[in-house]
Amino acid sequence: MGQEIVAVTGNEAVANALRQVNPDVSAAYPITPATDIMQRFTSFVSNGLVKTEMILVESEHSAMSACIGASAAGGRVMTATSSQGLALMWEILFIASGSRLPIVMALVNRALSAPLNIHGDHSDGMGARDCGWIQLWSENAQEAYDNTIQAFRIAEHLDIRLPAMTCMDGFIISHSIERMEYLDDEAVKNFAGEFKTTNPLLDIEHPVSYGPLILPDYYMEFRRAHADVMSKVTKVVLDTAKDFEKISGRKYGLFETYRLEDAEIAFVILNSAAGTSKDVIDEFRNKGIKAGLLKPRLYRPFPYEEVGEALKHLKAVCVLDRADAFGASYGPLFTDIAASLYPYKERPILINKIYGLGGRDYLPEHAELVLNELAETAKTGKVKTFKEYIGVRE
Amino acid sequence: MATPLSLKELSRKEVLLTAGHRMCSGCGAPTVVKMVLLASEYPIIAANATGCLEVSTCISEYTAWKIPWIHNAFENAAATISGVETMYRSLKKQGKLSKEIKFIAFGGDGGTYDIGFQSLSGAMERGHDMIYICYDNGAYMNTGIQRSSATPFGADTTTCPAGSVIPGKLQQRKDLTKIMAAHGIPYAAQASPSSWSDLMKKVRKALEIKGPKFMNIIAPCNRGWRSRTDDSILLSRLAVETCYWPLYEIENGVTRVTVKPKEKKPLVDFLKPQGRFKHMFAPENEWMLKAAQAEVNKNWERLLKEEAFTASLETPKE
Repeated sequence: MGQEIVAVTGNEAVANALRQVNPDVSAAYPITPATDIMQRFTSFVSNGLVKTEMILVESEHSAMSACIGASAAGGRVMTATSSQGLALMWEILFIASGSRLPIVMALVNRALSAPLNIHGDHSDGMGARDCGWIQLWSENAQEAYDNTIQAFRIAEHLDIRLPAMTCMDGFIISHSIERMEYLDDEAVKNFAGEFKTTNPLLDIEHPVSYGPLILPDYYMEFRRAHADVMSKVTKVVLDTAKDFEKISGRKYGLFETYRLEDAEIAFVILNSAAGTSKDVIDEFRNKGIKAGLLKPRLYRPFPYEEVGEALKHLKAVCVLDRADAFGASYGPLFTDIAASLYPYKERPILINKIYGLGGRDYLPEHAELVLNELAETAKTGKVKTFKEYIGVRE
Repeated sequence: MATPLSLKELSRKEVLLTAGHRMCSGCGAPTVVKMVLLASEYPIIAANATGCLEVSTCISEYTAWKIPWIHNAFENAAATISGVETMYRSLKKQGKLSKEIKFIAFGGDGGTYDIGFQSLSGAMERGHDMIYICYDNGAYMNTGIQRSSATPFGADTTTCPAGSVIPGKLQQRKDLTKIMAAHGIPYAAQASPSSWSDLMKKVRKALEIKGPKFMNIIAPCNRGWRSRTDDSILLSRLAVETCYWPLYEIENGVTRVTVKPKEKKPLVDFLKPQGRFKHMFAPENEWMLKAAQAEVNKNWERLLKEEAFTASLETPKE
């Protein structure tokens, strides 16, 4: 288990994961804060460190379109983007998943315009959560690196063949230097394995047609088949994590729990803000308050049953969303958590806080305020407000 | 050098777009596709923009394509085939493939001149070894005859209907072939199924040239043109003979008119059989016929001048 300890940014970590996986083709377009991944990767290409052929397209729409062509041709394909780039790809994301093409995309989460903002929040990834892709979310550079490597194995698995995106917070993780461990190149190469083709366009002896017109007579069966495949993803994610643990020593599941088993109150929170929250949970534990945390990793498909089981014993839970779903409703993560708890007769009180939009700092005092409110709610059973913005000027 | 066309040889070749597809009877597009595929001496992989050709040739479990074929979306056939071609280069370089394969994208004028224009321009600039073929029927026929930037001046479409105040489309069409040639690509050409040998020679030539190629091929649509179902070849011939649709190629910057009509027919010969231009023959719209003819004259004269001028630039062969 040769591992090199390094101090790198999230983008550098992901770029190196991509170098080690060594895709056949990549198509990408620059966008902050994901640009840096492709800058680093194209330098690997220019210096002969990878076999990848680059397609430096004129838009993200064409990036995803070219990825689809390359993937259907029959080979390993990846790209990276953020924010507006993902929004511009939106139409084509559904075609990648509907055509069952195992493209891997590094998504560096960034706010959506307007107003224009280049900093980290989850509006982009949440906007694409129901497009039929697998989504793996990452707290730090290490998780982004590990998820990127595992994403190829999951997406390309012959039971799955679906595209996958890995998510990490723009700037907070993409541009901050952290300590982490690289696996050696050979270990990643073996873990990723050879790409197995299924119905490649380039097999001219066996011509196939991709992208048919399917009318009401069969469309629904195709969608149902897609939903069925989605239901097989959790097993493959867990199997892949087991194999990954063998080469890395690092454990992954569908989500991470932190001091949750005996907790009475808890956070559910994605990505980098989970780290800050864990520190504050430790402080509250020292004061004798039983706080814990659940951090989803596999967000699509969402493991509703497993998450419900993990949270059902709590008295009060706050779901923190780094994106809002406009329409005077709750944040996107909240609605998934609420759905996961709905089948239980006895279930925790759920509240929702919107935080950190457009890169606004999520500070320990925000976590403290929420935990105090949760402790009060757990004690009295009274809810101050079901949904509110925190860390915002009133 | 491309092998010369031989009817004998062509008659023995398999037609790679099967019968039983659901294009309208008399449609020009499948004729164009069959000619293109027949002309090739290489295996072809094709991408297809959303449109009539795409929706009518691959429905549910049926496909009319005997070659590998991919439809992605409306505006991205060029980007899609560029991805296929790049994977081909990657695998070939890695020694995983050895066969010579050629790549063609097909799109209608809406998917090419308008919504797919950026994707096309990008693919051409990147230098992929591919041909982009536009079958130009002059409107969004698949959605029901809406105006595109390829719609000819004066035409009555469902979104620029000839009314009592606005008599059809008031703008001239975009000259896409010239715009593609301006990308500095090694080969751009216009063709017509009425001149089948010229069309197929151009395809064969383009397939021998490395790099990005563009061909614009007129493809009459009797539904949109409001013409008789069996007039597709006749109308595409009139388009050539009136110089509305000149047949030429621009190879490495040198323009050559490949078919020069013996006698340039008046544009009305092309307009008259088509219901979409009917209102232009009303006395109050005489100016429209004049304006349409003037545009054709201007473009034709300019093309001849370009031919003469670029010939003079041709560098002497060593």
